[in-house]
Amino acid sequence: MKKELKLKVNGQPYELYIKPKTLLVQVLRDHVGLTGTKRGCNDSSCGACTIMLNGMAVKSCSILALQANGCEVVTVEGLAKGNKLSPLQRAFLDHGSYQCGFCTPGMLMSSTALLAENPKPTKEEIKEGIDGNICRCTGYNSIIRAVTAVVKGEYKEAK
Amino acid sequence: MTSKFSVIGQRVHNIDGTEKVTGSAKYTFDVVLPNMLYGKILRSPHPHAKILKIDTRQAKKLIGVKAVVTGKDTLGRKQGIWRRFPELCDEEILCRAKTRYIGDPVAAVAAIDEDTAEEALDLIEVEYEPLPAVFDPLEAIKEDAPQVHDGVELNININRHIEWGDVDEAFRKCDHIREDQFKCSSQAHVCMETHDAVASFGHNGKLTVWTSTQSSYYIQRLYADMLDMRESDIRVMNRHTGGGFGSKFELDSAQFCAAILSQKLCQPVKIVLTREEEFTATKRRTPMYYFLKLGAKKDGTLLAKEARVITEGGAYTAMGATALYLTGFFSSFPYKFPNYRYDGYRVYTNTEPSSAMRGFGAPQSTFCGESQLDMMAEDLGIDPIELRRKNGMTPDYEVPGQAFIQSCGLHQCLDKIEETIEKRGKLPPNHGIGVASYGFMSGGIFNWFNTPYAFSAAVVRINIDGKADVFTGACDIGQGSNTTLAMICAEELGIKLEDVRVFSGDTGICPPDLGAWGSRQTLMSGNAVKRAAAECKSQIMEFAAAKMGVNIVYDLDIKDGWIHIVNRPERGVSYYDIVKGAIRGKDGVAIMGRGHYTPHRKGMISPAYSFGVQAAEVAVDVETGRYKLVNVTTAHESGTVINPVGIEGQLEGAIMMAGGYGYCEDQPMDEGKILNPSIADYKLIRSLDMPETEILEIDTYEPEGPFGAKEAGEGLTNPTAGAIGNAVYKAVGVRINDLPITPEKVFKALKEKEKKKKAK
Repeated sequence: MKKELKLKVNGQPYELYIKPKTLLVQVLRDHVGLTGTKRGCNDSSCGACTIMLNGMAVKSCSILALQANGCEVVTVEGLAKGNKLSPLQRAFLDHGSYQCGFCTPGMLMSSTALLAENPKPTKEEIKEGIDGNICRCTGYNSIIRAVTAVVKGEYKEAK
Repeated sequence: MTSKFSVIGQRVHNIDGTEKVTGSAKYTFDVVLPNMLYGKILRSPHPHAKILKIDTRQAKKLIGVKAVVTGKDTLGRKQGIWRRFPELCDEEILCRAKTRYIGDPVAAVAAIDEDTAEEALDLIEVEYEPLPAVFDPLEAIKEDAPQVHDGVELNININRHIEWGDVDEAFRKCDHIREDQFKCSSQAHVCMETHDAVASFGHNGKLTVWTSTQSSYYIQRLYADMLDMRESDIRVMNRHTGGGFGSKFELDSAQFCAAILSQKLCQPVKIVLTREEEFTATKRRTPMYYFLKLGAKKDGTLLAKEARVITEGGAYTAMGATALYLTGFFSSFPYKFPNYRYDGYRVYTNTEPSSAMRGFGAPQSTFCGESQLDMMAEDLGIDPIELRRKNGMTPDYEVPGQAFIQSCGLHQCLDKIEETIEKRGKLPPNHGIGVASYGFMSGGIFNWFNTPYAFSAAVVRINIDGKADVFTGACDIGQGSNTTLAMICAEELGIKLEDVRVFSGDTGICPPDLGAWGSRQTLMSGNAVKRAAAECKSQIMEFAAAKMGVNIVYDLDIKDGWIHIVNRPERGVSYYDIVKGAIRGKDGVAIMGRGHYTPHRKGMISPAYSFGVQAAEVAVDVETGRYKLVNVTTAHESGTVINPVGIEGQLEGAIMMAGGYGYCEDQPMDEGKILNPSIADYKLIRSLDMPETEILEIDTYEPEGPFGAKEAGEGLTNPTAGAIGNAVYKAVGVRINDLPITPEKVFKALKEKEKKKKAK
């Protein structure tokens, strides 16, 4: 028996009919068609599926889509404003904070949520902010450098 | 100093960077095709069993199931990457009569969605007759051990012998000899994108595959073997690939089962392995038992080394045979042993097959060798760095009968590391700094795969707007090879990086290249791209010389899109204008160049070697044995640095992976069952555990490499475990010889040490 799900993804309202056991990550990828959000495990331990739910970083494989009913979701596709990349996206580019790129959407969402909540995190707080996200390529330090550069104000929000 | 290069050495964004930071990069995981089905694989729950009967009738009846296949639907062939040796091609992938490890595939289902396919797996009835199984290679080589493969004596899959000098005589001349044993653990690759494939057979009998792979060419060729098809009827495309690390260049169960299912249905079939399958039913780093004998003179001259190694092969040969060879060679690295002997045995067991993983046998040999070297230094009362300096390789050194070292910056690396350690001054209590030297190859020379093609090949095409398209079979798996190759092409042609597009890893349009393994693409694929670009350049120069009417003794070059006389740079013409004219002048034919590279007369191992020295600092809590990786500093030389941002990433990433190998990563088993098959249970280094990292780049130039470059990918994985082991010893005086060096082992060793002290 399918159920109705209403949510906003990157500002766009959606009305969907889904099986109740569908996970939020499946709705985003398979129903909404936003494949930027990745999935690297099934037990919310890798962080590749991290999105923002009402402003908070959430692993979208860890909740049922119906639990997000009426919520606002931001995915990696929602970070850029038109053709302007967000400060974190630009910082990631400059610092080489990605390699294979599979963890990158989750890393960006965790970092974005962190800075939304705490615009001036210490290095240790940045590390904590991304500790739920595994990156097998970069060794994290380039990601930490990118976030630090944004914290220092080296990347302004594009007008 | 201004660089002689325009593009090389610049801090650039990877050419696929914007796709990756916006989520628009498409991986195989994201591929959806019209009419596509989803597949799942049923795997053996027994480590060793006869398959008596498989009943798929109930599964086939489930609504939404389109096909169920078993080994009977295959040609019964066996794949292997050592194609020159049929007896080493031993993996059916879909087992027909026997399963050899927990995870061996026995059936596969295609259905309208993953849930239905999963449900169908439960309805397949397999009748097994469990057989006695063997899990440890030291057990498996006993006379009465169960046979993993029939007719294989003592379960020895393959052995390797390397020797030079007179080892026995040399040991007689030594003042001091050490014999030590080590055990190297397993390690999982943990690619963020699990193995996956979308295979699509058309009604014309042709196969198209999208897959996450390190070598599209290998996968194409192995498909051709297993399906009895012509290579050119198979198109394999690696899209963005979510990591490889050695796990993705053999035909895997997702690729093979998706193809077998699609062949039956002529519909695309997508299979994505679950994280649990990724841990239990792909491949892994080869666990090894290491027995080392090292002999030295009083003054620290290392006269002889003997290495005897037994590796846990698991159920199939895979690339593990190469790891067996390379661990033997790199056990002598990076030192000038006048006498050396290696005997290695790869032994079949009823466990997940072991194979290639970043470093390819060298992290094992480096951990053992560098640990023993520190012990030897202590025995002789010589500083560990001094001992390495005394015996370390130098440029233009020949490893007897094996290898020619051209560029080598090991001594500069040792100097730099010594300097940084001295600068660090006195350390707090229970802190220690350990060092380890290392080296690695820039691609292998061996051709056990038996390719008739050049090892690397590229085509460069210049379009009417002056932009260059590179076509290469090289595979970018995240290491950034497409960017590196684009930089090489741009530098050679004298144009901007944004003037270059790269089409890679697609066997339909790219010339064959062995792909991303053995740290080979910068040097080998780079040489091929450079040569292809040079061929284009010479065609362009013909037109430029004609247009400019220059004296033929003058040299022309291109820099920043300006074709000019070398000694009078102001005299020139626009590259872009000349290209337009040249294409018209060639009756409209685009300018194209081809380039190939296969190493010749470069020894047995590799055309070039990177070197480095790493220092790891740990802080040990003596109460609990827990320790923290405080800092890892690496002095590294990889010839000319093409892409500095890329090298930093490789280095820091290697520390995460190799630090994990030294510190926490392991795959404990019970009767062949891996006990931690999830990221939650498999401990790896997360951001909070990551040490500070410092990179000290040493300048060298490798004559064999493109613009002087050599490898910078895998070698960096070699030193860390050894450096950690040496650091823990320096910090608290306990030596752990089996990986990983967990806090538990340190704690036990500390207790043991205390007990001994009291007993005195």
